[in-house]
Amino acid sequence: MAKSLFQKVWDAHTVRTLANGQTQLLIGTHLIHEVTSPQAFGMLRDLGLKVAMPHRTFATVDHIVPTDQRTEPFSDPLADEMIKTLRRNCAEHGITYFDLNSGRQGIVHMVGPEQGITQPGTTIACGDSHTSTHGAFGAVALGIGTTQIRDVLATQTIALGRLKVRRINVTGRLAPGVYAKDVILHLIRVLGVNGGTGYAYEYGGEVFDRFSMEERMTVCNMSIEGGARVGYVNPDETTFAYLKGRPYVPKGAAWDEAVARWRAVASDPGCTYDDVVTIRGEDIPPTVTWGINPGQGISIAENIPAPADAKSPDERASIEEALAYMKLQPGAPLKGTKIDVAFLGSCTNARLSDFKEVARHLKGRRVAPGVKAIAVPGSQIVSQVCAELGIDRVFRDAGFEWREAGCSMCLAMNPDKLVGDQLCASSSNRNFKGRQGSPTGRTLLMSPVMVAAAAVTGAVADAREVFGVTP
Amino acid sequence: MSLQKITHVSGRGVHVAGNDIDTDRIIPARFLKCVTFDGLGAGLFADDRKAAGAAGGVHPLDDPRFRGAAILLSGANFGCGSSREHAPQAIMKFGFRAVVAESYAEIFFGNATNLGLPCVSAAREDIQKVAAAVAADPALELTVDLVAKQLRYGSAAVPLQLRESARDALVNGRWDAIAELLEGSASVQAVSARLPYLQARF
Repeated sequence: MAKSLFQKVWDAHTVRTLANGQTQLLIGTHLIHEVTSPQAFGMLRDLGLKVAMPHRTFATVDHIVPTDQRTEPFSDPLADEMIKTLRRNCAEHGITYFDLNSGRQGIVHMVGPEQGITQPGTTIACGDSHTSTHGAFGAVALGIGTTQIRDVLATQTIALGRLKVRRINVTGRLAPGVYAKDVILHLIRVLGVNGGTGYAYEYGGEVFDRFSMEERMTVCNMSIEGGARVGYVNPDETTFAYLKGRPYVPKGAAWDEAVARWRAVASDPGCTYDDVVTIRGEDIPPTVTWGINPGQGISIAENIPAPADAKSPDERASIEEALAYMKLQPGAPLKGTKIDVAFLGSCTNARLSDFKEVARHLKGRRVAPGVKAIAVPGSQIVSQVCAELGIDRVFRDAGFEWREAGCSMCLAMNPDKLVGDQLCASSSNRNFKGRQGSPTGRTLLMSPVMVAAAAVTGAVADAREVFGVTP
Repeated sequence: MSLQKITHVSGRGVHVAGNDIDTDRIIPARFLKCVTFDGLGAGLFADDRKAAGAAGGVHPLDDPRFRGAAILLSGANFGCGSSREHAPQAIMKFGFRAVVAESYAEIFFGNATNLGLPCVSAAREDIQKVAAAVAADPALELTVDLVAKQLRYGSAAVPLQLRESARDALVNGRWDAIAELLEGSASVQAVSARLPYLQARF
């Protein structure tokens, strides 16, 4: 019988059925970072347990690291305690740790793919909701809480109910100036922030077939913003080409065997899905959020919704709440709204292709006066390659601050924070109230090129107009 | 390790209205700078509470009438966003023993259940009825009954929904899966032996 990738991976990793009907699922790859793991190690210690598979556990530090000055001890004593605790836990349990001096540190969802730890047909868990990123490789990748981190550390398994699978086809082509970020913002707008609850999203169609791995990662990354805990793309030649030669992938004959297995794990033609959604690539506009959840997005050409536009009392209440927090005028264009900060970073959009694409447009331009613009590579490797290609210079010359790798202002657990009610054009993934470090700070989610357009004009702008991209 | 069988939770209620209440609001990221979960209760809804005060009002959690509430009432898609277990931890450390909302985000629901914090769902009209009763009489005792799957208050009751796997785990005292997962270790070895990527050594 034809099966989806999700079914195949689930079945291959099923250990047994638990008393409450959930599945004991084997987690092949466990990624950890400094924020959600220390308590799990503490619980392990309290229970007198050891790490079951230290060789399948990989760590890095990302959320709390400063991106300007990285001398230890960090100026924030809590952050300093967190990195030291992670270091100590990894040493004690024999866990591979990509530390600040490794040259391989970065946001955990960048490190896995870069190292070739993220592979098709595997199960991956990490105490971070953006673990869905790794689904770009055809892995079933799950964000988990700290108690489940303990479970994975102690048993290499978690208890989980099986998800349904929704196939999302994006057909045709994207218009020029429309990016992977626009695809996922548009999908969340259409399907809702909780539309994916209980589902794994399988993304496919011509647009995904043509997407690079980095573009696929951008989309899978934000699956959780649509409520789907898992998002994935079936592995293909693009996947194999990306992985070949990376440190943790098989070599020689073992590589050929791995590719054969990876090919076979893709969803079978004719397999059944619990739901199918099809969207035309041509219908996806450059999308920007105006509200306080990632589903509150509009095309750059549209006006900000008014409460009167609401189709339900719920939607009306949520528009009113968002407008009040965002201090935006209903019915007004979002385009032209003055911004204070431009942030180019995060596990959604801080990969080499993001910086390359922005640099192409940014060359010879200047950040508008009064705008604070920061560019934060997602990993030390991205940072290194950008330096080799002179991309960092393009950003610096334009007036961006060019920083060291980390999560930075996506969630502002390090010193990079909005101040007061600053409005930030951001390539990150969440526009929740207070998300970027100020309880009244305001976030507009958009693609990296749109962030650059906002940075150079000082206001929300249509990047196609600013950079002369013709349809 | 024997766990408490959570068959019902009784106590006073408080209504924190709204849909899509995300985990950044439940516990802002700055409170995540810690290596234990101790003391998280103070950070629960910290920014919302401060904003309510600054606007000249009072957040329900700071309203003395609802002090000591054990049951948190809320809206749809509660707990969306980040996977931070700090969110249900903060809710529990603040003193809550159950949440009644229209629906929950997936990861939050799992995290809460694993901690023995029942997250039950009720219809919006029913939550509003209960919230109105609580507003009228903050001392009103509510009972979330996981066996009968109903929320009782005064002489009234409304039906509750809860995923059967979670209900089973809570009422049978196996909401923390670790003991059962450890028992499966022989099968774990057998399954891992069949997966080539787990055999690789670097």
